[in-house]
Amino acid sequence: MKLHEYQSKDLLARYGVPVPAGEVAENGADAKAIAEKLGGKVVVKAQVLMGGRGKAGGVKLFDDAVSAGEFAQNLIGTTLKSIQNPAGMLVERVLVAELVDIAKEFYVAVLLDRAAQKHLVMISAKGGMDIEEVAETDPDAIARCHIDPAWGISDFQLRKLVADANIPVEARSQMVSMIKSLVKAYLESDADMVEINPCAWTPDGKLIAADAKVAIDDNALFRHKGYAATADDSAEDPIEAEAARRGIAYVRLGGDIGIIGNGAGLVMCSLDEVSAAGGRPADFLDVGGGAQAERVKSCVELVMMDEGVKGILLNIFGGITRCDEVAKGVLSALDELEVKIPVVARIEGTAAEEGRKILEGSRIVPAQTMQEAAEKIVQLSYA
Amino acid sequence: MAILVDRSTRVVVCGITGREGGFHTQQMIEYGTNVVAGVTPGKGGQDFHGVPVFNTVEEAVTKTGADAGLIFVPAPFAADSVLECEGAGLPFVTLITEGVPIHDSVRVVNKLRAGGTTRLLGGNCAGIITPGECKMGIMPGHIFAKGNVGMVSRSGTLTYEIVWEMTRAGFGQTTCVGIGGDPVPGTRFIEVMQMFEADPATEAVVMVGEIGGSDEETAAEFVKTMKKPVVAFISGRTAPPGKRMGHAGAIVSGNTGTAQSKVDALLAAGARVADKTSDVPALLTAAFQMA
Repeated sequence: MKLHEYQSKDLLARYGVPVPAGEVAENGADAKAIAEKLGGKVVVKAQVLMGGRGKAGGVKLFDDAVSAGEFAQNLIGTTLKSIQNPAGMLVERVLVAELVDIAKEFYVAVLLDRAAQKHLVMISAKGGMDIEEVAETDPDAIARCHIDPAWGISDFQLRKLVADANIPVEARSQMVSMIKSLVKAYLESDADMVEINPCAWTPDGKLIAADAKVAIDDNALFRHKGYAATADDSAEDPIEAEAARRGIAYVRLGGDIGIIGNGAGLVMCSLDEVSAAGGRPADFLDVGGGAQAERVKSCVELVMMDEGVKGILLNIFGGITRCDEVAKGVLSALDELEVKIPVVARIEGTAAEEGRKILEGSRIVPAQTMQEAAEKIVQLSYA
Repeated sequence: MAILVDRSTRVVVCGITGREGGFHTQQMIEYGTNVVAGVTPGKGGQDFHGVPVFNTVEEAVTKTGADAGLIFVPAPFAADSVLECEGAGLPFVTLITEGVPIHDSVRVVNKLRAGGTTRLLGGNCAGIITPGECKMGIMPGHIFAKGNVGMVSRSGTLTYEIVWEMTRAGFGQTTCVGIGGDPVPGTRFIEVMQMFEADPATEAVVMVGEIGGSDEETAAEFVKTMKKPVVAFISGRTAPPGKRMGHAGAIVSGNTGTAQSKVDALLAAGARVADKTSDVPALLTAAFQMA
């Protein structure tokens, strides 16, 4: 779960990370009041979970509270669009924060290193907008060290880290204490990622988190109920959000052939087969293990919410899942939802014979293999 | 011969009285797995389909001589259960549970690796089966057949799909190992490949990977040195970056974890890589003819 910038900064501030003073506003009047309290020289930032919000016009600097308030008033309620998010996102709140004078921009992040199976701290003296480019063209400018799962991060590692990254000597002790706070926040909040970019070094020699991104591991939200309650699903596709409410693994892919299968690997493989056959998959949908007829019906309903879908491929390899249950669910769903588009079903494994019998004589087209099913649904959908 | 489990394996099921644990324990007993004990705190002394239930893993091990743990407990308590199995001295533990918090996985996996006494398989895996001898997991037993091909996979249903193709084509299996779909697995591809290379009964290996991480690429380095032929399949070739495809670990981030990088690494290592699941038997045939 991604946290908004203001939530991320609140969280990090609780762990002692210096952040600019600021508050969230939901209307222009509040924004103006906050700006006045901060002395008028502020930055107003749209609180939307998308990349490129600065370029999209969602971030602006001001010298006086009145214009900051006006800008906030106009921004709230609009939809911001960026290259990363062409569909756009509604601005519901803005963060009004004191302006930070920046002499140098650093980069600090904590995240999982899958290859090493350990958490990793990454820092660079070349922070700012182009950190991705730095990672590509000058990888040595990013220094790394692992967090010992039993000991945490040690002082000797941090001394080496800030030196490796060429952090200016005068900023090193503040950087070390900031990393310690970040690591503590990361570990105690079950974060997936903590990133400060830019991490600003001010002309008067202070290190401060000018921006912050924190994501919490969805699997650990049971330990952090406060965040779970504030989950903002506006970043998600509406069908994906509905799927999440129903507890179904669904990813919208933008094509026109609906895919339903069981097990992540098999569904991914079905997408590959449909693409190989010349089709464009509309979604990834995993009905999950042991699905009953009701759940299968709910899945068909989800796929049909995507109005561009021209055909549905059902690919089930029954292990715990019984094929007859799946067959019953699909039939009743097609009936109740009055689905007119072509449906191809390939069912194999536990109770497959019974399942095929149930589908006999229906409008569902049977297939023996996954490859055959993919070819058939592509043919029928684009006919 | 096989790897990790065989007919002598004595299984203790953690979470035996739960819905999933109960159902699969019955299935395993029907298959012929030697399930000697179950553990559910507070339900010690009960009997579950003829299997004695204990309050702790330690007690189960002492009283029954169990030597492999199979965990079905809910995700919030899964890490604790793995540690309990390690504490009780079990050399092998399989974690079926999906949705274990990543920080729990990192701590537990590193603790077990440092300890060096307990191997963890999973989490979020289908388990392990040595056909005809021991099914320790949730896979449908009837699709497997005894044979000379070792199999290792991140995905449950995709394993079933390919095993079913293999079994029908006459390629039985020594052992099928599900390493699971989580980002920090207790056992990785390369470790299973090393075991298969050393196992006298295994004459070829089928490896089923998917997008996300770099464990397939790491395993490919070992494949280069293997004497036994390897057939591989990678799913997620058309998955878009940044989208988590069901499994927590199945996500392409930036340029890493793509299917193409895995396919390239495996081809370069001399593995035969199937375009389709249904191509696996033909590639096995070719591999055996060359050998």
